[in-house]
Amino acid sequence: MSDSETRDAGFDEWLDAAEEDRAYYLACPNDHGSLPPRRVCPDCGATELEDLELPDSGEIQTFTVTHVPTPAFEEDAPYATAIANFGPVRITGQVVGIDPADVETGLEVEIEVTVSETTGERVLGFSPV
Amino acid sequence: MSDVRVAGVGLTPFGNAPERTSRDLFAEASITAFEDSGVPRDDVDALLYGNFMGELSEHQGHHGPLMAEAAGVRAPATRYESACASSGTAVRDAVMRIRNGEDDVILVGGAERMTNLGTAGATEALAIAADDLWEVRAGMTFPGAYALMAQAYFDEYGGEHEDLAHVAVKNHENALNNEKAQYQSAIEVSDVLEAPQVSSPLGLYDSCPISDGAAAVVLTSEEYAEEHGLEAPVSISGTGQGGDRMALHDREYLARSPAAREASDEAYADAGVDPADVDFAEVHDCFTIAEVLAIESLDLFPIGEGVSAARDGRTTADGETPINLSGGLKAKGHPVGATGASQIAEVTKLLSGKHPNSEFVEGATTGVAHNAGGTVASATVHVLEVSE
Repeated sequence: MSDSETRDAGFDEWLDAAEEDRAYYLACPNDHGSLPPRRVCPDCGATELEDLELPDSGEIQTFTVTHVPTPAFEEDAPYATAIANFGPVRITGQVVGIDPADVETGLEVEIEVTVSETTGERVLGFSPV
Repeated sequence: MSDVRVAGVGLTPFGNAPERTSRDLFAEASITAFEDSGVPRDDVDALLYGNFMGELSEHQGHHGPLMAEAAGVRAPATRYESACASSGTAVRDAVMRIRNGEDDVILVGGAERMTNLGTAGATEALAIAADDLWEVRAGMTFPGAYALMAQAYFDEYGGEHEDLAHVAVKNHENALNNEKAQYQSAIEVSDVLEAPQVSSPLGLYDSCPISDGAAAVVLTSEEYAEEHGLEAPVSISGTGQGGDRMALHDREYLARSPAAREASDEAYADAGVDPADVDFAEVHDCFTIAEVLAIESLDLFPIGEGVSAARDGRTTADGETPINLSGGLKAKGHPVGATGASQIAEVTKLLSGKHPNSEFVEGATTGVAHNAGGTVASATVHVLEVSE
């Protein structure tokens, strides 16, 4: 976990876009989806990657409620973490706007950039649609 | 191509020794390994050393020469870092170097100092094995990652927490007479089910402990072993390594470990054995669900059946394929950088009749060691056989 002021090119721009409801993924000519920062498609090696709009919602495929966090999430625990399938990509995020005990597989969510209660850093989150 | 012999093995106790430096831990393991092998230190051609979090726990990089010095070895030394598979990858490279005829004697091993970081600090340090941008910054911990896999497994193949509890109970049972193990205490299924949750569905007793410790192994060529009259009946006859996408969410399967399957396919083919030939295995059970995924990846149990193997007594000490007779990471402990080499040490002792649990695998000729890094984005598998 970096605590410096230096941004991570590619990643922080993605969070900026997600905050403005313009989340995207990278698509290669062979229709493989991936997340930035990336110059090469990890599936096929294609180097022409295009930013395409991420589908508005995804479906939770698996989840967990974490009670023992890293220090960066000490004040946030317990919290739910999930992997949601958005079609071209799957994404890992913290589920907000719902009691962690109510999170379940199949729940439909959208991207919501939230903030760590511990550090004030931005956190990639999901909220129920 | 030379057969690769295990000439000697050494382990420190695994457990809580926050004040001990990794150089001290590795020195102890290497002394035992050299004594066990009968190989003089001067004959060592190289040290390959596994370590994961030395920068974080000891503010120390550049471990190679430091550990060669600690072991009293004057030879080129290189550190291997592949998260929890660090010394598994070191063993693999040692095997290939000896086979290629580049080296005759290699000291391979690893160490980790972890408990000085405390639970929160060690959790943070372990998390760097995941994708920092896309996993760790979303709050995913390592127990959390395996919990995501456990939940996905239950949804896809069935099974419940009680099945996983039997894995923990079995591995504690196996460690009862392992004097190097961190926990030499029996637990019951109810202990696992009632333990505080770490990351649902996994609780405290589904997780391996945070451990300090070291392992060292002296490997030689067959020619060297014969020329010097070494007693080294166990050989590493197969090696394999697999890789996968770094982040769990980028994998094709959330409840399988294809990298470990790739590694085991390669290792079995290399050794010329089938999964059915495997008498027992030491697998990377950093969490109870990890043992399930491992025994399925090794093709010892069909996909979806691994979860009930411990509960049904198929992987217990007296079962058809004993798994983690050492106690596994769960009870023996998991000093990350030492784990892969420690599995080689345990399998060697089991095969040569020198292990407290050797009685359960009497007459066994083939054992397997499975070491995994991250959420199994890295995996190594080694096949060990009795060659004389």
